[in-house]
Amino acid sequence: MGAVTTEFSEIAGAEPTAGGTVASLQSVTKKFKEQTALDGFSLELRAGEVVALLGPNGAGKTTAVRLLLGLSEPTAGTVRIFGGDPRERASRERLGAMLQVGRMPDTLKVREHLQLFCSYYPKPRPLDELLAIAGLEGQQDKYFGKLSGGQKQRMLFALALCGDPDLVFLDEPTLGMDVEARRSLWQQVRALSAAGKTILLTTHYLEEADALASRIVVMQTGRVVAEGRPEDLKAAQGSRTIRCVTSLNAVFLSGLSGVISAERDGETTVVRTESAESVLRTMLQEDRNLSRLEVRSAGLEETFLALTNHASHTAGKIQ
Amino acid sequence: MATTAVLALPQTRVSRLRLYANEIGFELFKLARNKSYLFSMIGFPVIFYLLFGVTNKNSTFQGHSIARYLLAGYACFGAMGSSLFGIGASLAIEKGQGWLEMKRASPMPAAAYLLAKLAVAFTFAFSITLLLMGLGIALAGVHLTVPEGLHLLAVIVAGVLPFATLGLIIGLVMPASASPGVINLIYLPMSFCGGLWLPIETLPHWLQVVAHGMPSYWFARVALETLGYTSGYSPIAWLLLGGYTVLFVLAAGLIFRRQESQA
Repeated sequence: MGAVTTEFSEIAGAEPTAGGTVASLQSVTKKFKEQTALDGFSLELRAGEVVALLGPNGAGKTTAVRLLLGLSEPTAGTVRIFGGDPRERASRERLGAMLQVGRMPDTLKVREHLQLFCSYYPKPRPLDELLAIAGLEGQQDKYFGKLSGGQKQRMLFALALCGDPDLVFLDEPTLGMDVEARRSLWQQVRALSAAGKTILLTTHYLEEADALASRIVVMQTGRVVAEGRPEDLKAAQGSRTIRCVTSLNAVFLSGLSGVISAERDGETTVVRTESAESVLRTMLQEDRNLSRLEVRSAGLEETFLALTNHASHTAGKIQ
Repeated sequence: MATTAVLALPQTRVSRLRLYANEIGFELFKLARNKSYLFSMIGFPVIFYLLFGVTNKNSTFQGHSIARYLLAGYACFGAMGSSLFGIGASLAIEKGQGWLEMKRASPMPAAAYLLAKLAVAFTFAFSITLLLMGLGIALAGVHLTVPEGLHLLAVIVAGVLPFATLGLIIGLVMPASASPGVINLIYLPMSFCGGLWLPIETLPHWLQVVAHGMPSYWFARVALETLGYTSGYSPIAWLLLGGYTVLFVLAAGLIFRRQESQA
């Protein structure tokens, strides 16, 4: 993860400053029969950005994407793509979408699927480029049904790029992929970004958002919980994790000021805190036998948990 | 940015002709390579015709050849299956698996998708009828003049429409897993009552009355008329088949709009 993050920061640094608004959701509320999927949600995508919508299942990520694609209508608020209605053909010719598809027709060949999608667009990408993107060079005559799970996902990704879109939506693009396939798709996303494309991806993998996005929007129950560059989100959270072997019990530790959570993990005690120094001072005083001490700054994982927990529970509660 | 660069380029247009040709062609390939569709659409009528038509090659009912009667009946049966499975089941499955969403998010015109499904039903109905004619002539001693054959083909293809639109409704309403079962529940009783398997006169009187409400009955009337079994049904039968088509299209439109508002 470390290497990937560094690599990304370099790209982020070299990236041109974000341009005009490409797509937006303005104070959008989307209600289904009983539940509210989006609640006054606003999002703006600027040209050249890679934005990650990050959140647990049911946070409203897919709903946001479906609204932007004109597959569903907002209960309130407005949706704009390239300044127009998302259902206009002209808008759709300039965007590509990789959605969560359970299955696509098995009895068409790789080449045929691509050929069909290419015919929908005014300036499609050449077939061999798309095959390279899908990682299926030399396999264009294979039936879709004969592909592995990871290859199928890569095919969906290639289909999203058939029209050489300016704006790309990726809904949980690496769901069910193994590590290698995931890394390889990340490379493709970076290449798109380097080519100046605007990308919106949804994910519940923090590592993915951290590795790819220039901006992360953390969602929880249809609202924005936090938003910013990955590094700013981590810094703003500022929490650190203390691990050690101690006889002090978790209830006592979680009562200390500045402690977010404290729990036992086997013989190790894990304390998350906003004021590591003062908490440590107390712990060392109270337990002279404290051993195997380790202090880390929070990864995005912890930050994410802290943010989404903060929204649903009262702060400071023991996890 | 990329945005302005795109605007500056001369506007390339999508070739509508190629788009529609691709959509129709690949839809045909897709189903023609799928064994379960082939079995439901072509297997049923062909096997039934071999079992009941060919084995009755010398039998007659009220002075008419049974093998010839069943040729028209199973041609109708095949057209109904092609429409209900080729449109209804395939739509339900593609909708249920999220594939339809992926296509709808693309610039594909909805008309291309629907037209491709309709073309599949036409093509299969036509091929099945041709196949049955071949079997009838070769194995069941059926006599058929060229004008009779052409007339039957034309009637079968036109008769696809009410069932194609019924398939559309089924595809919109049914979940993927339930659709083949539900289709069989509609398809088989409707074929039986419509007199596609047995001359309608051999059915109990009350069933004959019920049959008058079914599009399959009127479809069978016009198909049988081309082979000289019935006469004088055509105008009213076509009117009713047209009526069913309009009714089903309107219903499908309403259902679609309701689903859209809840999507």
